[in-house]
Amino acid sequence: MAVALGVLMRLELIAPGKTIMEAKTYNQVFTLHGVIMIFLFLIPSVPAVFGNFFLPIMIGTDDVAFPKVNLMSWWLYVIGGLFALSTLIVGNGAADTGWTFYAPYSVRTGTNVTLAVLAAFILGFSSILTGLNFIVTIHRLRSPKMGWFQMPLFSWALYATAWIQLLATPIIGITLLMIVAERVFGLGLFDPSLGGDPILYQHLFWIYSHPAVYIMVLPAMGLISEMIPTFAKRTIFGYKAIAYSSLAIAFIGYFVWGHHMFTSGMSGPARVIFSILTFLVAVPSAIKVFNWVATLYKGSILIKTPLLFSLAFIFQFLIGGLTGLVIGALATDVHLHDTYFVVGHFHYVMFGGAGFGFFGALHYWFPKMFGRMYFEKTAQTSFTFMFVGFNMLYFPMLILGIMGMPRRYYDYLPEFTTLNVISTVGSWILATGIIIMVVNLILSARKGEKAPENPWGGTTLEWQTASPPSQHNFDREPVISVNGPYHHS
Amino acid sequence: MSQFILVNSGHNRDDEASKLGMWLFLFTELLLFGGLFLVYSIYRYLNADAFLHASYNLNVILGTINTVVLLTSSWTVAMSVTAMQKGNINLSVKLIYATIFFALVFLVIKFFEWSAKIEHGLFPGMEHLNQLAPGSKLFFFLYYFMTGLHGLHVIVGGIILGFVLIAIRKKRTNPGKYMFLENAALYWHLVDVIWIFLFPLFYLIH
Repeated sequence: MAVALGVLMRLELIAPGKTIMEAKTYNQVFTLHGVIMIFLFLIPSVPAVFGNFFLPIMIGTDDVAFPKVNLMSWWLYVIGGLFALSTLIVGNGAADTGWTFYAPYSVRTGTNVTLAVLAAFILGFSSILTGLNFIVTIHRLRSPKMGWFQMPLFSWALYATAWIQLLATPIIGITLLMIVAERVFGLGLFDPSLGGDPILYQHLFWIYSHPAVYIMVLPAMGLISEMIPTFAKRTIFGYKAIAYSSLAIAFIGYFVWGHHMFTSGMSGPARVIFSILTFLVAVPSAIKVFNWVATLYKGSILIKTPLLFSLAFIFQFLIGGLTGLVIGALATDVHLHDTYFVVGHFHYVMFGGAGFGFFGALHYWFPKMFGRMYFEKTAQTSFTFMFVGFNMLYFPMLILGIMGMPRRYYDYLPEFTTLNVISTVGSWILATGIIIMVVNLILSARKGEKAPENPWGGTTLEWQTASPPSQHNFDREPVISVNGPYHHS
Repeated sequence: MSQFILVNSGHNRDDEASKLGMWLFLFTELLLFGGLFLVYSIYRYLNADAFLHASYNLNVILGTINTVVLLTSSWTVAMSVTAMQKGNINLSVKLIYATIFFALVFLVIKFFEWSAKIEHGLFPGMEHLNQLAPGSKLFFFLYYFMTGLHGLHVIVGGIILGFVLIAIRKKRTNPGKYMFLENAALYWHLVDVIWIFLFPLFYLIH
């Protein structure tokens, strides 16, 4: 759904001027694309799909601490999703504010912002409950034989993420409620003409929404930390450093929200501090990248689709991370703010990082979840399409941004045409890759070869149980290695 | 297949876990209100005079009575937990009823406070409020929003205590297993704590 919206946007931008839709429709399309992708896919995908399934197994237990709360979180997710989608048909059309819902426009526009914002609020609540559940699960249900530093790194990543979900989400919840109340009662909490302060809204919004990008990417980093040692047949390099860097990213991530607002009015010292803190986040992120690469060094590498996705993650995350530093620096940010450079950067981290990590793990754990192997060749084909298409789609955006093309317009100057065409063609290749992947996985789930307990030679606990696992996850006591979770004998 | 059950199964009874979960949830509640307190303090700083003038419209006596009512209810619910721990189910139930009664008193007083203000036209969109300074409008917006949200929590807390009563009647909550009551009481204390901050912020600061 959201992918389709993204492709539609690129189609609109294939040529200057109006191609297939009006400016307002374009605004609604990119808003809905953002809302669905962020609140319905990126934030819940890894924790909800893989976390609920594998977190209990990896720490050697049979369920999360509060199964009923988990169910509630799922229903909230469904309700929130229905709310978000229903904005398409109910009221005056879908919201056209961008996923950031910036005030005062979001308070004044006639479109159905109220429902979209409520959807985000409900989804946030669902996210909080998941985070809460994971924290308690890791504290209370870890196998008695497993110490903190014998936990797989995916659980560490989820643990760090859960704290962000728990501590940051309430702020956006209350902020969005204030937007709803403003729209209903017609008062101006964030509307300058009525005495409010729109900058305050931006602060409150980013206090959550910056940590939220770590909610999206940290679990994916955890996935990479699982896949790389398995396919390199080596223990992970710098286990503790990776575990601590997850916590460090979660912690520093709280204090960098101001870098979204360098151009919206902030004192000089505040900007410098936010900029420095932003640079600091790069340190733990780089620690992870170096450790992954070092793990591969002198490993006996088994090239399978999950590893390809992991390598693509490292490559694309590197580009995404480094461009992040470019816009984290004050001088360059003033030039690049609100250009396509930002769009390119964001998609490199979120799609090239979190998205590719998710797809990789989908292949990695496919045998475990469905009990059948996927078709390796087709999977590698789909990966090639996605990798090529992805970079063709988003790399031109970085260049366009430096050239000065602003984001969120349905039109552009003629000199930007070539790169926009390349980008749009890239979106088709990428979409083709995704379709091949989805079809391949569906077919494999039906007709694939039966999967053994441990097809990759992985060392974490999920490989010590049947594929798919029985209802209680383990039919015998799992053996926990004293040499840490990634000890290849 | 033989049923193998892990020692650390998630389906074991774990009071520590439910208490930990409850505390984490209370954290998120505090942060939810924390966002509002932040907005309040920034606008108070920007519109100090207008906030002051607007606050004279609030009825300090009713606010004080409500504070006493809520504090008392916190006391009764705490005693109810202790009574349950000591095995006195009867007393525990009575004290829960008392707590719910105080919650209702609180809401009734709140209702009269709000309706008095609405009669004076002090509600978003009404004439009297529209004539006030922008800062005072913000004050009233926050007043309704924050006390309204708090009122909602009072209602929810009361309903949860009602469920506790049912659980006690069905013997699912008993002197050997009273986590539900204890968590409900924790939630009730949170409602109380938030009010303790709301009361001076809106009624007392001069």
